[in-house]
Amino acid sequence: MDNGGRSLNRKDLLGIEELSREEIELILEQAEGMKEILERPVRKVPALQGFTIANLFFEPSTRTLNSFLLAERRLSADTVNVSASSSSVLKGETLLDTAKNIEAMKVDMVVLRHSCPGAPHFLAKRIDASVINAGDGSHEHPTQALLDLLTIKEKFGKIDGLKVLIVGDIMHSRVARSDILGLRKMGAWVRVCGPPTLIPLWIDELGVEVEYNLDRAMRDVDIIYVLRIQKERQKKGLFPSIREYVKYFCITPERLRQAKEGVVIMHPGPMNRGVEISPEVADGPWSVILDQVTNGVAIRMAIIYLLARRRR
Amino acid sequence: MIKIKGGRLFDPKNGIDEEGDIYIVDGKVRKEGAAEIEIDAAGLYVFPGFVDLHAHLREPGREDEETIETGSRAAVKGGFTSVCAMPNTEPPVDNQGVARFVKEKGEKAGYARIFPIGTITKGRKGEEISEFGDLIEGGCVGVSDDGDCVRKSDIIRRALEYAKMFNIPVIEHPEDTYLSEGGQINEGRISTILGMGGIPSISESIIVARDIEIANFVGGWIHLTHISVKDSLEKIIEGRKKQRGKITCDVTAHHLVLTEDKVKEFNSNFKMKPPLRSEEDRRALVWGLRNGVIDAIITDHAPHAFFEKELEFDLAPFGVVGLETAFSSLYTYLVEKGELELATLVMYLSSSPALLFSLPYGEIRDGGIADLVLVDLKGEWEVREDTLASKSKNSPYLGEKLRGVVVCTIVDGRIVYREGEWRRRNEGISS
Ligand SMILES: [Zn+2]
Repeated sequence: MDNGGRSLNRKDLLGIEELSREEIELILEQAEGMKEILERPVRKVPALQGFTIANLFFEPSTRTLNSFLLAERRLSADTVNVSASSSSVLKGETLLDTAKNIEAMKVDMVVLRHSCPGAPHFLAKRIDASVINAGDGSHEHPTQALLDLLTIKEKFGKIDGLKVLIVGDIMHSRVARSDILGLRKMGAWVRVCGPPTLIPLWIDELGVEVEYNLDRAMRDVDIIYVLRIQKERQKKGLFPSIREYVKYFCITPERLRQAKEGVVIMHPGPMNRGVEISPEVADGPWSVILDQVTNGVAIRMAIIYLLARRRR
Repeated sequence: MIKIKGGRLFDPKNGIDEEGDIYIVDGKVRKEGAAEIEIDAAGLYVFPGFVDLHAHLREPGREDEETIETGSRAAVKGGFTSVCAMPNTEPPVDNQGVARFVKEKGEKAGYARIFPIGTITKGRKGEEISEFGDLIEGGCVGVSDDGDCVRKSDIIRRALEYAKMFNIPVIEHPEDTYLSEGGQINEGRISTILGMGGIPSISESIIVARDIEIANFVGGWIHLTHISVKDSLEKIIEGRKKQRGKITCDVTAHHLVLTEDKVKEFNSNFKMKPPLRSEEDRRALVWGLRNGVIDAIITDHAPHAFFEKELEFDLAPFGVVGLETAFSSLYTYLVEKGELELATLVMYLSSSPALLFSLPYGEIRDGGIADLVLVDLKGEWEVREDTLASKSKNSPYLGEKLRGVVVCTIVDGRIVYREGEWRRRNEGISS
């Protein structure tokens, strides 16, 4: 895992938007080193002994929290978890109060999951501890994008020049935003597909192509990235029914016959099998979904390590 | 009696731009007179006092954020000698009693002149129109449910019809809330990048179009406040061609200066309604001002407690303070950069709003009421929490240095503000 003493020259990791291509490459490289550790019989290094990380999750997410926790423990950091239901948030304490309190307990780093866009940015300006954005509303989910980039790089040996299709609720997806930014920075070409009510009118500002017809959209791409469809969007009237969504946007083996040979399917999880992705596809030869999960731990180890190294 | 000596008298309405002396005698501007007090105005501009048609002074109800007293101190520090106080207080100004309370508090404070605006509907509920006549007797100069749009088309129709017998403006906050619900910032490039709920331009222009149609239909007077998008201006220009109703509008100082890009830092001091829009919209608004489409510049001064603004962007309330920065921000960003003439700026801050709401101020003429402001255009001040007189500090200009310093403000012939000192006009020295 030694990287010749390189570190990220920043206090926080708030979004892909502010990262340079070089920084992304550094993180991916570091993560490859971390993967070696994960293959060892004793999957733990003493790198961050005495380093304390608080995981502040104001939105439920077992998956991302567990991935961070594992990453932190593999690096031997001390951790404290604060979730919305257990914290004083319910008693009217503000995010700033909570963070200041945690900081007073001498933590070095805060991992924040929050439903408001910009909450990690808000916090990062006001506390000395490093802040890692573990998802802020519909804005960004940088660690997800980085683990996706790592997965793509492993699978194809490169990112530059690949064609990626992202399908689903682009409007409300922080994964879509971060992935678009990351893929574009690394030289990939991106198209989005979904019901027009779930695609922002200004999405082309992010340098992507829009195609509403899934069959046409998937024809020439190397990767199909399937987003989780949240059922509450339907209740808000953004599309008429799950049934009709499935009809036009579910990724099925039949549909994949129109895709390129060797097309790869990705999904940030958790999946709604039979809604945005059919079980055959999720578990089929196209899928690298479990690789994404493995890479999630490695990427988070790399980010924590690179930010912590600068602090020390 | 006061002599203002050697200032540059500048009154666009009367075409005055000359160096000279003026006197204030019995609250009136005079060309000649004797002086007990002499103000050396060499190097200063003497403008008609500014008139703000739209400010939130928060009293009664949220005295922790602003009071009529602190708000009117902030006003005169910003050069405003008259301020219309919006009625979305708690309780709202929907009856003569509350209107009188606001008016009297303004008199008692004794800085700027305070004119209450009454509500369009009882309790601001949008269901039944208020007693306009009673409100006017209580001192109101217009009606508005500002903060909320009058959702129901038949209610705004009734209001526009009923107001005809009083010749007062019905001031609409144009926002189709069915379209803006859940929105935090302008829907566009920035909201797409930030993943934030968008407030589309059409949520404004649709109500602008609706109200213009109704005003033209009934022959009423609609005043569309804080216009923020290009499409609204187009609707207004079109609507006026029919010449049936009276269609007037205003723009805030901050929409003339700032754009949605500012929101990228997630600083809630850039969160307001309507939201900051695109550069194209901002330019259209400046164009609208230069070409006489827009009738007035307002502050939409909206004080909020620090603890409420110091939150995640989505959770922070809408609104920013503006009484103290309106002139200097516009001067620094528009006049100095050549986008707007000084005369246009001064006119839309003084005579134009005064005329619109039939207030007898906003000019410098022999025998006219002595509401004046002396400004050092070369002077610079830094906007900081401790340099703002308003009780709330939620300014988008915090930390910035602005040019155009208000040196002295005179209301009704009395010096109410001079270089960081305030004096009530109903006490102490007199002219
Ligand atoms: Zn308003």
